[in-house]
Amino acid sequence: MLIRLPNASRCLPSEITPEPVYLSRRRFMAAAAAGVAGSALPGLARARDAASPYDVPAPDDQPAWFTDKLPQAQWKAVDVRGEAITPFQDATHYNNFYEFGPDKGDPADHASAMPTEPWSVVIEGAVAKPGTYSLEDLVQPHRLEERIYRLRCVEAWSMVIPWLGFPLGKLIERAEPTAGAKYVAFQTAQLPEAMPALRSRFSLIDWPYREGLRMDEAMHPLTLMAVGMYGRVLEPQNGAPLRLVVPWKYGFKSIKSIVRISLVEQQPYTTWQDLAPQEYGFYANVNPQVDHPRWSQARERRLPTNLFSTNVRDTLMFNGYADEVASLYQGMDLRRYY
Amino acid sequence: MKHPVWRGAVFLAALAVPLYWLYQAWIFALGPDPGKVLVDRLGQGALVLLLLTLALSPLQWATRWSGWAQVRRQLGLWCFSYACLHLMAYLMFILGLDASQLGRELVERPYIIVGALAWLGLLTMAITSNRWSMRRLGRGWKKLHRIVYGVLGLALLHMLWVVRSDIGLWLLYFSLGAALMLLRLPLLSQRLKRLRRGPIGSPRRAADTSPGA
Repeated sequence: MLIRLPNASRCLPSEITPEPVYLSRRRFMAAAAAGVAGSALPGLARARDAASPYDVPAPDDQPAWFTDKLPQAQWKAVDVRGEAITPFQDATHYNNFYEFGPDKGDPADHASAMPTEPWSVVIEGAVAKPGTYSLEDLVQPHRLEERIYRLRCVEAWSMVIPWLGFPLGKLIERAEPTAGAKYVAFQTAQLPEAMPALRSRFSLIDWPYREGLRMDEAMHPLTLMAVGMYGRVLEPQNGAPLRLVVPWKYGFKSIKSIVRISLVEQQPYTTWQDLAPQEYGFYANVNPQVDHPRWSQARERRLPTNLFSTNVRDTLMFNGYADEVASLYQGMDLRRYY
Repeated sequence: MKHPVWRGAVFLAALAVPLYWLYQAWIFALGPDPGKVLVDRLGQGALVLLLLTLALSPLQWATRWSGWAQVRRQLGLWCFSYACLHLMAYLMFILGLDASQLGRELVERPYIIVGALAWLGLLTMAITSNRWSMRRLGRGWKKLHRIVYGVLGLALLHMLWVVRSDIGLWLLYFSLGAALMLLRLPLLSQRLKRLRRGPIGSPRRAADTSPGA
């Protein structure tokens, strides 16, 4: 499907700070502070990975279902104008994935224990073709597209991430939804052996993690099923092997490591809304005018920040995707349906 | 004053911790959002120092070592210093030094109001922590400094309202705070004082260190 974006959100590739430049500065600062500035130089001579436009080395053991798709991938199918891509290191080491712990570093520390192969997804409910599908079968029919999206967390920080995936709408179409399909419900894998929080007594969350979208939101061309990022397969802490990315909603809507997709008639249970309904709604559209009861949503910290650059910026309506998605919510009171 | 080495060690330890955090932020060891990490650590640091300050009296009752009381003012002032740094880091990294934003937050956010009240309580105690104020206020000084218990309650509430889903750490601080409060009940504090060995330290002498802080 062709995605029409206004000129304002077109970006020149030259406007993105190249990752090695950014990383080498960080490394230089670190080395200089430690009094060994000379060690900064090897960082500049980083090997390029032929398969992707990013200077992030791909792991050797990427699965064939992914590497087979890479040569035909459509790079920069959607871009962000004038905003630097978040460094890979930050996007993979500053995560909310509560199954692995409440701290931002916990997912990177623990998620590698999650087995992501083989992986299968149950598609059920109001569809003509329900069943349990292997990940390979789910990905196979689709061409991978790179979508560079803003990611805005409800905690008022944000990143810019180059995802690789295919529209959720195409996956749903293949399952042939029937008349009763009004909403789509998603569920994350529930693996207590690999997920410390599922064994914790202090976690308030009722596992498994669940999320949902209205049918028109799910079918919207911006809504992505991601299997990769930065030209490589998803890291477990980022929701490998299959996750949702809904760029105009707060990050918690973009559910990770999906094992179940149900097309349903009623608005489905969603985890954060159940935990604190006065704080998190079903829609969770990024909206600078509707504050979280405990903090303002008017502005955000674009990561990475540092001691000298706090990078606080205004949050955009629908996270900057208002032209594409505002019509979905025409006539709705967004203060009530937050 | 006795115990110069002990007092010096406490001073250096309390000073070294935030300096180390700053160094970590400088070398990018705090991740992509160092400002938020500093805000959280300084806030929890202030809470821990508050709990330590409140632990000094029970420790003294139980051990009759005079060194505990000798670092009380210092730890209290360190708690206030951490709270000031916490506030400054919040203004800088979370609000981006936007004054209009601060006004709105102060009006609209209960956890900011509660945090600000706790800071005002600490400020009151800090500016009356000198000898001159103690003499000036006389009996009222001890009464005034009982607001420390209110500050502990406000600080715990402030933190509870920031937690998103995992309350384990908060429960730990809460339990420690509750335990320190319980130890001040006459029933328990008398028992603690009886733990003292030897004839030194009559109940009367012990009374002048309790429950002032």
